[in-house]
Amino acid sequence: MSTVAVSVYWCSDLTQCPFPDAGYASMKQIPAPLLTLTIGIAVTFVSFWYGQNHGLLPEQASEQSVLVDELFNSMVVMGTALFLLVEGAILYCMVQFRQRKGDETDGPPIEGNLPLEAFWTAIPTILVIGLGLYSFQVFQDIGGITPGHVAHDHGTMIAQSAEAPLPESSAEPEGTLVAENGVFGLGAPLENEDTLADLQVDVTGMQYAWIFTYPQDNIIDGELHVPVGADVQLNISAKDVIHSFWVPQFRLKQDAIPGKKTALRFIASKEGSYPVVCAELCGGYHGSMRTQVIVHSPEDYQAWYDQRVAQVPVNETIAKAPADLSAEEYLSPYGEEMGVNADLIANLSLK
Amino acid sequence: MTQAEIPTQAVVVPATPPPHHPEKWKWYDYFTFNIDHKVIGIQYLVTSFIFYLVGGLMAMAMRLELATPASDFLSPDLYNAFLTNHGTIMIFLWIVPASIGGFGNFLVPLMIGARDMAFPKLNALAFWVTVPAGMLIVGSFFFGGAQAGWTSYPPLSVVTANTAQSMWILAIVLAGTSSILGSLNFIVTIWKMRVPSMAWDQMPLFCWAMMATSILALVSTPVLAAGLTLLLFDINFGTSFFNPANGGDVVMYQHLFWFYSHPAVYLMILPIFGIMSEVIPVHARKPIFGYKAIAYSSLTICLVGLFVWVHHMFTSGTPPWMRIFFTISTLIVAVPTGVKIFSWVATMWGGKIRYTSAMLFAVGLLAMFVFGGLSGVTLGTAAFDLHVHDTYYVVGHFHYVLFGGSVFGLYAGLYHWYPKITGRMLNESLGKAHFILTFIGTNLTFLPMHQLGLQGMPRRVAMYDPQFQTLNQLCTFGSIVLGLSLLPFLANAIWSWSQGPKAEDNPWNAKTFEWTTASPPIIENWEVLPVLTEGPYAYGEESAEETEAVNT
Repeated sequence: MSTVAVSVYWCSDLTQCPFPDAGYASMKQIPAPLLTLTIGIAVTFVSFWYGQNHGLLPEQASEQSVLVDELFNSMVVMGTALFLLVEGAILYCMVQFRQRKGDETDGPPIEGNLPLEAFWTAIPTILVIGLGLYSFQVFQDIGGITPGHVAHDHGTMIAQSAEAPLPESSAEPEGTLVAENGVFGLGAPLENEDTLADLQVDVTGMQYAWIFTYPQDNIIDGELHVPVGADVQLNISAKDVIHSFWVPQFRLKQDAIPGKKTALRFIASKEGSYPVVCAELCGGYHGSMRTQVIVHSPEDYQAWYDQRVAQVPVNETIAKAPADLSAEEYLSPYGEEMGVNADLIANLSLK
Repeated sequence: MTQAEIPTQAVVVPATPPPHHPEKWKWYDYFTFNIDHKVIGIQYLVTSFIFYLVGGLMAMAMRLELATPASDFLSPDLYNAFLTNHGTIMIFLWIVPASIGGFGNFLVPLMIGARDMAFPKLNALAFWVTVPAGMLIVGSFFFGGAQAGWTSYPPLSVVTANTAQSMWILAIVLAGTSSILGSLNFIVTIWKMRVPSMAWDQMPLFCWAMMATSILALVSTPVLAAGLTLLLFDINFGTSFFNPANGGDVVMYQHLFWFYSHPAVYLMILPIFGIMSEVIPVHARKPIFGYKAIAYSSLTICLVGLFVWVHHMFTSGTPPWMRIFFTISTLIVAVPTGVKIFSWVATMWGGKIRYTSAMLFAVGLLAMFVFGGLSGVTLGTAAFDLHVHDTYYVVGHFHYVLFGGSVFGLYAGLYHWYPKITGRMLNESLGKAHFILTFIGTNLTFLPMHQLGLQGMPRRVAMYDPQFQTLNQLCTFGSIVLGLSLLPFLANAIWSWSQGPKAEDNPWNAKTFEWTTASPPIIENWEVLPVLTEGPYAYGEESAEETEAVNT
């Protein structure tokens, strides 16, 4: 709605600009309010249409993606309206106010117009403040305000098992408050602040692979498997350099940072496989640091999970925490599964 | 010091003091430690343009690599070295030195009626430290080249190509030193050396922009130097400022880096905004619309720009309050920027626009900066940035503002002031061909990148998902057009420098001081310093007076 109003005011001001110039007499054949209204309606219509039909985003596969896309779409509506109006004004100027043949005179000596300047300062200010409030709301709804809250109430469940051998900077008491401050990323939306995620998975980034650990049963996998509709928390860490966990179809991204705990929390809403992409430059093979997240139906997920539990060689996995292994040792059993080719492993071994 | 007193003395005593210099500089004077601000300006412009070509060739090599999804043209390490040094060269050895060092040095004293900068030797020193900076960057390729991105985040920068990375750090610290020395010089020059008849609000807007730029550079550059020095220690001397294994903090580096490097974005665009405010009124034949609003919005951008850096770190280790605070501050920067855009459109509105090459590039900038600004607003919101951070959407966005913005502005400035700098006119037909090729190439190269990023292609990758091949090939095709667009410009600029038609003192009939002296200006700029009798944008006053005379 605000866009409608803005477009109309905008145009009425442009067409009523107090510029005493003959060049714009042609517009005066149409009554200014009518022209303004027509342009305003057309721009509004096109902007709203494009905001819903730009087709620029990949499919939505998480509940969070719906909220993020609504924010993006509304920015596309606003952006399209502003783009059309400003570019339209530029094009109009270029045609209407070009130098005519033989005219060597200057334009009129207009140095400013305080009401007009106040207007075009105030409108963007209102727009960005409104946008700021709306984006704050979305940020809160996707869990931006409370990263890691619940995880820390349940102490050791946080990524400790897969954590690189980095000593905590100080001996943290096994409490809630200190630990809460140390987690960055996304948690539960504010209203679910105190609920525990249905599933917690530890995610470790390393050159050039993602390792997913299901801490309860020590399942380690090169792909992320989650059930559809479940509230999943990823406890993210990095072994060597900074990586960034990104699932474009979830619209969520969080850096994996050596020495820091980060988290992402999401509810997958659509079954299927989606790419997991490393988004932070992490070395020569950064572009190949990809795997996938597989969203199962709850039954399929349970079947996968039971099968993997059966495969876990209990003694070994408990005896050796992943952190004690070198990168090659750690990677080799899962290399094939993760789509990591022999060249890559060889490259890792060289380092 | 005594330089600062010259204008006042000169107005009282028009005769110049006995010259310590020849009548005219010889060609080899341009290769020496020369303290004439115009020589230094030209040294900056030519050197930085050569680096622009080097950085551009790296970009084309990367685009050729990206024509196919597999990594098959460059080795992955060389690709990363190119992406790191392409960014570094374009920022630290092209846009910043060309706009601030080149146009700033050449124009500021001429625009305010001074005979030189306040500290001429410091000025020459500032140029000459950028030369070893450039040599270090080039030399680093013998050691594999820095490969950690222009951001050089640890731990990657600590564990990759140590020698090259150290050379890279030294190069940036030298370029930063040059920037600090230069900005000090600009602040003192603009503050103290205007001709007595020029009040603050009669100063050309380019000087306001240079003032804001210099304050920003002076405040933020030392922080980058500090951060990079700590990184240098971590790499070479075993310290652990950014090594988490020994209690260091990698995110601290990101804060130190972006505290400078976001303002650096404004260092690269504020002088360009200044160029826009000079070029548009001259070629639209109308006074600048809203002088005060444009001048103060430069200062506002300078101030707010210091408090937006965390928007580069929304997905990093940053707490919720930071993500929210910096969303709001980032969105607010759009307001003063919008004010400038609207003011330039209003300046054109009702004018008599001459489509010179300079004006075409200025209008092209306006058209593309609007788009880059709007995509920038979307990136400012933390919730949406979580999706597109570190993707091609960001690459598309910042090339719209840095190429569509800064580089177009530099071209507009080159076409506008070339007659003053060289004393020769450029060929307008070649200029128009250059504009058309550049405009098409820019949009072909950078527009599809937005869609690539939204769809899921991360930045800084040599290999990518095959589903993105078509759009990538479009970008590669665009970059070839951009590469070709340089040919008419180079031919034009090189040929015209010696063979072009001689330029008059004031070929565009402009009102600012630099057009009151010869083209090219004499050493020490004027025989007798000019006196300000009308504002820098007093266009159309005669026609208005005539109309009044007729009416009465």
